Amino acid sequence: MTEKISLNGLSKRFGPILAVDNITLTVAVGEVLGFLGPNGAGKSTTMRMITGFIEPTSGTAEVCGMDVTRHAVETKRLIGYLPEGAPTYGDMTPESYLGFIAEIRGFDGAEKRRRIDDVVEKIELGGVLHQPIDTLSKGFKRRVGLAQAMLHDPEILIMDEPTDGLDPNQKHQVRTLIRDMSRDKAIIISTHILEEVEAVCSRAVIIAQGRIVADGTPEELLSRSADHNTVVVSVDADREDALLKGLNALDGIKSIKKSKTRDGGVRLRIRPKNSGLIATDVAAVIRSAKIPVREMFVDRGSLDDVFRQITAGKTSRKESGKGQGKAKTDA
Amino acid sequence: MRNIAIIAKREIMGYFTTPLAYIFIVIFLALTGAFAFFVGGFFSREQASLASFFQYHPWLYLLLIPAIAMRLWSEERKTGTIEILMTLPVSTPEAVLGKYLAAWGFVGIALALTFPMWITVNYLGDPDNGVIFAGYLGSFLMAGAFLAIGSCISALTKNQVIAFIVTATVCFLFTMSGLELVLSFFRPWAPDVVVRTVASMSFLTHFAAVMKGVIDLRDIIFFASLIAFWLFANIIVIDLRKAA
Repeated sequence: MTEKISLNGLSKRFGPILAVDNITLTVAVGEVLGFLGPNGAGKSTTMRMITGFIEPTSGTAEVCGMDVTRHAVETKRLIGYLPEGAPTYGDMTPESYLGFIAEIRGFDGAEKRRRIDDVVEKIELGGVLHQPIDTLSKGFKRRVGLAQAMLHDPEILIMDEPTDGLDPNQKHQVRTLIRDMSRDKAIIISTHILEEVEAVCSRAVIIAQGRIVADGTPEELLSRSADHNTVVVSVDADREDALLKGLNALDGIKSIKKSKTRDGGVRLRIRPKNSGLIATDVAAVIRSAKIPVREMFVDRGSLDDVFRQITAGKTSRKESGKGQGKAKTDA
Repeated sequence: MRNIAIIAKREIMGYFTTPLAYIFIVIFLALTGAFAFFVGGFFSREQASLASFFQYHPWLYLLLIPAIAMRLWSEERKTGTIEILMTLPVSTPEAVLGKYLAAWGFVGIALALTFPMWITVNYLGDPDNGVIFAGYLGSFLMAGAFLAIGSCISALTKNQVIAFIVTATVCFLFTMSGLELVLSFFRPWAPDVVVRTVASMSFLTHFAAVMKGVIDLRDIIFFASLIAFWLFANIIVIDLRKAA
């Protein structure tokens, strides 16, 4: 069985608020699943239910085939978890903190030493091992949290915003680390940074208002972008008409947007119908009309746009609902 | 068992890496001494006993134990480390017991450091060391009961100040429940049984009995069952938070 995590109709209600609404999904070994969603969408709550920190109102979360509520201690053994904000015992040093984690995870003596040395080397904590965690920078604190989650080489790794607060180099390092580990693990990360999804995730799930609104590879999500496969071409201003004439003869084009470049040229954004591939056709037009081209590239669209497109409707609906409520009380 | 010991060890280390432990011990020693000598009249009694020393322990604990207990769970909640602790492979009873035993052990250390009092009284006279031992045992058990109350209440809130005030109040009621101040509140309306039950909950009464050197099983059971009750409530509070 390669499915390590399976959520079945998982829901969580806090008083009147339904924070997580009937989430069903599975994560297999080798997958890095990126949880995306606006703040308050239910990402952290879902992660907390998988790790057994809170119990679901209804539905189940299973880890390696075991229910996390009924087999709480056994499933916690299999999971490495970095909570939101990477909390740590601030008055301890990374050395004593990791020692505590290692002991609780059942490592003693030489094995404990080896595990700590290993993770300290991987995460590059060597320089700060004996300083109280409270005195460390935000980046180091986050890395201590990561070390804690990875120390026992868990089959399942759940990380809530693992790169938050890291500088670009550290971000790159952590992403490389996650990718390297993903071969024999099932990993879930949540993030706001969409480039991160493209960089490390094999699958992206967008949640809004506690529900899954999109689930696919980053590529699939990108293809939902209105800009997906748009061809951008810049030419000298006096060649614009020639180019447009050629382009108008093509039938795969939905719209063309013009703009001026800084150095006096013209940039055309050629949007295809149904995100079709038109780059070769456009190139053929350019070649046959012998137009010198300043730049030409295919825009893949951005996850940011897709994210906004998918989640914006959700939030605005919620807000308009609020507005109505207010209007009623005013009347 | 192993997990309880690991958690307790981490907690105890936590006390001593911050000034908390040292400040607590110094103040505890200074106050127990000051009360015994100046208020309790250790010398003017001209008796080779530590009665004047133990006599004020309930009142000192009323101030100092809530200060130790308030951080037990409130701080974990506030800093978010509770999310680390409760997602490690430990059960709720293990976590509750580990933290509680660390705090109790720490108070035990502070109490043990009052040994110069014992040496002094043995040097000056010929006290009944059995009574003194009973006094220490009673004091330690009472501290344990105060701590169990405080631990449970601290699990209810993120705010340490609230935890302190509520714990101090509840401990005060338990301490005073044998006195007229509390009983006169119940007497006019409650049946006699209730009044007697409330009176029997008094820490002062039970502690005074042990302090006299009579280690009655009933007093031991009183403190032990009180500790067990509050720790059980503590576990339930933590588990309820999970489901809330």
